[in-house]
Amino acid sequence: MKVINIIGAGLAGLSAALTLAEKGIHTRLISRQPSERAQSVLAEGGINAALDTMGEDDTRDLHFEETMRGGAYLADPVAVKALTDGAPGIVERLAAAGVPFSRNPDGSLMLRSFGGQKKKRTAFAQSSTGKMIMTALIDAVRRYEAAGLVERLPHHTMIRLLITDGVCAGVRVRDDYGGRLYDCAGAVIAACGGLNGFFPGVTTGTSDNSGMAAAVLFMQGVKLANLEMIQYHPTTVGIPGKRCLVSEAARGEGGRLFSEKDGVRSYFMEERYPTLKNLMPRDVVSREMYSELRGGAKTFLDMTGIPGETWEHKLSDLREEIIHYLSLDPAAEPVPVEPGIHYFMGGIHVNARHETNLRGLYAAGECACIYHGANRLGGNSVLGALFGGMTAAQSVYEYRSRPRMTDAVFSGHDQLDCEPSDAFSASLGYMLREGLGIVRNDSGIRTALESVQMLGYENEAERAKKALAEAMLYSALGRMESRGAHYREDFPETFEGFRGTTAAQFRDERVRITFEAVGQGE
Amino acid sequence: MAVKFEILRRRSASDPPYTQTVIYDRDTDTTVAEALKYINAELLADDPVSWEHSCGQKKCGACAMRINGLPKLACDVRLKDFPGGVITLEPLKKFPVVRDLIVDRSVIFDDLKKLGAWLTEDAGPDSTGSAYDASRCLRCGCCLEVCPNFYAGGEFFGAAALASAARLISEAQGSDRKRLYGAYNERFYRGCGRSLSCRDICPAGIDTERLLVASNAAAIWKRLARSRD
Repeated sequence: MKVINIIGAGLAGLSAALTLAEKGIHTRLISRQPSERAQSVLAEGGINAALDTMGEDDTRDLHFEETMRGGAYLADPVAVKALTDGAPGIVERLAAAGVPFSRNPDGSLMLRSFGGQKKKRTAFAQSSTGKMIMTALIDAVRRYEAAGLVERLPHHTMIRLLITDGVCAGVRVRDDYGGRLYDCAGAVIAACGGLNGFFPGVTTGTSDNSGMAAAVLFMQGVKLANLEMIQYHPTTVGIPGKRCLVSEAARGEGGRLFSEKDGVRSYFMEERYPTLKNLMPRDVVSREMYSELRGGAKTFLDMTGIPGETWEHKLSDLREEIIHYLSLDPAAEPVPVEPGIHYFMGGIHVNARHETNLRGLYAAGECACIYHGANRLGGNSVLGALFGGMTAAQSVYEYRSRPRMTDAVFSGHDQLDCEPSDAFSASLGYMLREGLGIVRNDSGIRTALESVQMLGYENEAERAKKALAEAMLYSALGRMESRGAHYREDFPETFEGFRGTTAAQFRDERVRITFEAVGQGE
Repeated sequence: MAVKFEILRRRSASDPPYTQTVIYDRDTDTTVAEALKYINAELLADDPVSWEHSCGQKKCGACAMRINGLPKLACDVRLKDFPGGVITLEPLKKFPVVRDLIVDRSVIFDDLKKLGAWLTEDAGPDSTGSAYDASRCLRCGCCLEVCPNFYAGGEFFGAAALASAARLISEAQGSDRKRLYGAYNERFYRGCGRSLSCRDICPAGIDTERLLVASNAAAIWKRLARSRD
């Protein structure tokens, strides 16, 4: 019997499991915690689709063009076209699954403005869109769990892929409750999330992401791409232990950024970008905020002009959260905000079919590098995760391979059955932040790289994390231009010659970086 | 001000429990979750306390535990909320302990499977206006911990299942309605003693009484009225 292993039970993993279950294919949904704890529940603002329900003549082609432009033309256009063409159908399916999207008086889906897009295109459910979609998808998948098509392995961690004759034949997992190791035979879809674990305590993501899944895949020869492309979201606030996102929806609904220095306010985005104003793509807004902060100003998000009705029906969760953690009411006073690490455009290199360089291994969701180029548009992450999961599932469905191994209960020792220490991860995170800030330069990246190379490791997990951290820094060092989220003050221009993919691989015990043409489907 | 943490620990389900005391002498404006991370990294690095955490902003339910006797999310409460200077951390009691503060909450998900918590047909309009609020449930288990009627493995599935059922009942069409109405009656309505302790404890602030009233109206009273017609 063909069984597909899915690593991660967030949006991408659930989407893949559901797609395969509907085709009658058995899956194992392997995750450290239940789906309810996945980072996907934190997605706030919405999901993009050119549904054109707001009378603005929006089109799928425009969604495509703006996604490509927002990503500074580093994304595979064939893949992005499929994504933006597929978007309306996905949102309609979600509505049919019962996601309580906000609606217009005529019953059609209401859409809101999001950054880098000239039309209202983002379907939403207040400011908890990710949670609403997750709840509906979890229920949809549960039906197939009950039917025996989806087997959940909660509280399980991926230890490594099992590769035989150059083909991914399965995955070794650990039951975190009992400690035993299992070998699960079958092709693998990695849906293990972004690289937050490389920046502990300073991202908007989950603390349960250690970054180990990506690090292990990297050490096993899986090709990663565009690791230098890290999205700093313009509006985050510090809460204990992390950065908390203030959804872009707040600006979509009328929130205004300003800086203040010596008692003088400047609505710098509106002054510098008269067309899209506060809704420029995130890389642009974050750089402008960085510039204000470096000049000694403080930056704020002024949401006091948002009407009470909008707060009540579109942003109630956001308001409650800010009041709870910051003890201030955003409807009454401006909120101090600063950019924070939010999303990783780079990750496992996949083609438009979500195939990796390793036969039998697929990747989808934030862990994969495919749709967002050098900068992701708000509202495209949830879409990319769902569409990516579906596409990876379709590809694995068509994948023909004879079983190369059988399931096993493995009781022996595995060198990777370990965790990086908190102290190691904290040191590594500090070094990476020094080299991979909003504004970068050669000496800063080199200093960070030297620090990482000097960092000692005490187990195989730490060694793997260190190797991937080096790859991130080498990727940033090699891209001697500014593009999207990667801004080099020593190379402030964009060069056509650099319109390519930074590929990273671990071969012969070394990190190797190559520069490749942007994919065109295959 | 120093805070004394008293943490109920257990190496495994088969080992005896013991209380470990730790003096935390830092900022009390932080959350219990962050204090616990600090305790593990700095004070108990050789033998850290096992606990589950994820989002850090009360949106995922991972870090539910008993804090000074009541189930709460560790990322939701701050040390200064407990002015007595002593904070006790214990695992939730209605679920089997795995180790330290980690409990196995799989009964919540098993119960939802038994309930048949899914749709087989396309969702209809949100007929009871409950879909959004009900969909916010974290499945953290705090409501079940304080419920006088719920026990793991029992016939009554508690408010975590109510939230799921309330969304589905509100949106169900066709054959899903009858199936879900029946499941709701059997697994929730019959067993609920209306103490509403779930409403008071819910870290997501879900008004379970409202879900209850709306779901009763759809699944029990209207159904009864229809059957009498």
